[in-house]
Amino acid sequence: MEETTKRELVLSINGERRAVVARQAETLLFVLRDGLGLTGAKPGCLNGDCGACTVLVNGTPIKSCMMLAIETVGKEITTIEGLDDAPIQHAFVRHFAFQCGYCTPGFIMNAHALIERHPDADETTIQEWLEANICRCTSYQEIETAVKEALAAKKVETKF
Amino acid sequence: MVPFDFAYYRPQSIAEATALFAALERDGKRPLYYGGGTEIITLSRLNLVRTAAVIDMKAIPECRVLDASADPLVFGAALSLTELEEANPFPLLTKAAREVADRTARNQITLGGNICGQIFYRETALPLFVAEADVIVAGPYGVRQCRFNDLFHQQLQLGRGEFIVQFKVDRATATLPHFHRKRRKQGEVGYPLVTIAALKKDGAIRVAFSGVCPFPFRSAEVEAHLNDRSRPAAERIQAAVAAFPRPILHDIEGSADYRLFVAAKLLEDALRELGEEETM
Repeated sequence: MEETTKRELVLSINGERRAVVARQAETLLFVLRDGLGLTGAKPGCLNGDCGACTVLVNGTPIKSCMMLAIETVGKEITTIEGLDDAPIQHAFVRHFAFQCGYCTPGFIMNAHALIERHPDADETTIQEWLEANICRCTSYQEIETAVKEALAAKKVETKF
Repeated sequence: MVPFDFAYYRPQSIAEATALFAALERDGKRPLYYGGGTEIITLSRLNLVRTAAVIDMKAIPECRVLDASADPLVFGAALSLTELEEANPFPLLTKAAREVADRTARNQITLGGNICGQIFYRETALPLFVAEADVIVAGPYGVRQCRFNDLFHQQLQLGRGEFIVQFKVDRATATLPHFHRKRRKQGEVGYPLVTIAALKKDGAIRVAFSGVCPFPFRSAEVEAHLNDRSRPAAERIQAAVAAFPRPILHDIEGSADYRLFVAAKLLEDALRELGEEETM
């Protein structure tokens, strides 16, 4: 039987294979930040409430403070560092959808997944997805505007 | 961050999982079955859970079954709540699941985890109570099927080393008229003041509650009062609420009196929506 020790994990992150030695009990958030230097996902509440640590696992938003890194072996992880000029990033800048910026990576990852999965999202779906993230600066109105703009752009792109 | 070490195991079959549990138990590892892991990780951080080994259920094929075309419907315990919501084979379960935590968290939270967790609201149990679901349990002595309502007394009465594999819900029951409402102190995300799930079968209302007591419940006495059509609805509701089990929660989310007031109002809404207007 295996002993409780550190283990080398090979993770697929932002299209690259990355090897990291981590405790089996370590969360994905901690391994991303302290093991791999990917500090875009932010530690907020560490309790699954605030959404600042949101990353995508196989395209699904996940709060990385509540998932073990070892669970993600064999899956595709996308962090904010892996988004390259995604429309939602530009929409956030255009609408100044942040103040301090701490919650922004989490909001963007969640919104990006929403746009990819549900380009036809209605008000209810947008609210249901985005209420998983908290912005202490209360930039909600600007965030909503940015998400709706990116959704509209995606809809046009999907139609053609 | 989990402030202690544990080993992570990912068995591929029911037999492997139960054998692992037994071996780890013998080694003094106090293993825990692990679904979405959200509660184990967050409570570990607070030192409210401690274990030397977790056994992840998500690679066991039977725990991942979602059979919406079968009769009875089959729901694997390791399905995430959002997987259940998106497939929507049992609309009352979808409504209950959709009110748990937030959507991102529900991508991880599993049906089995929500029902077996320490956090006592366990709101996805309510539709299973009123649908009189069956539950498939695996353990050191093999696999057994029993009535969910027989196994759940304040919490699931599982033996050491047992875990839930699946829930089964009668297909016709899953589409019956139903009612679900969750009232919180504030906001759209969070624990309930009162959650109520009701279903009408053969003219009788079945109802289950969370947030009223420190455990979810369905009560024959409460339902007998509610279905006593010889009395006006207001009296039925009053008698039903008086028959609630005790203690009534009295905490920062709401006082006991307020919770009972909210429960009575929700029962009024449930009776109205389930076609009991003539007696109101």
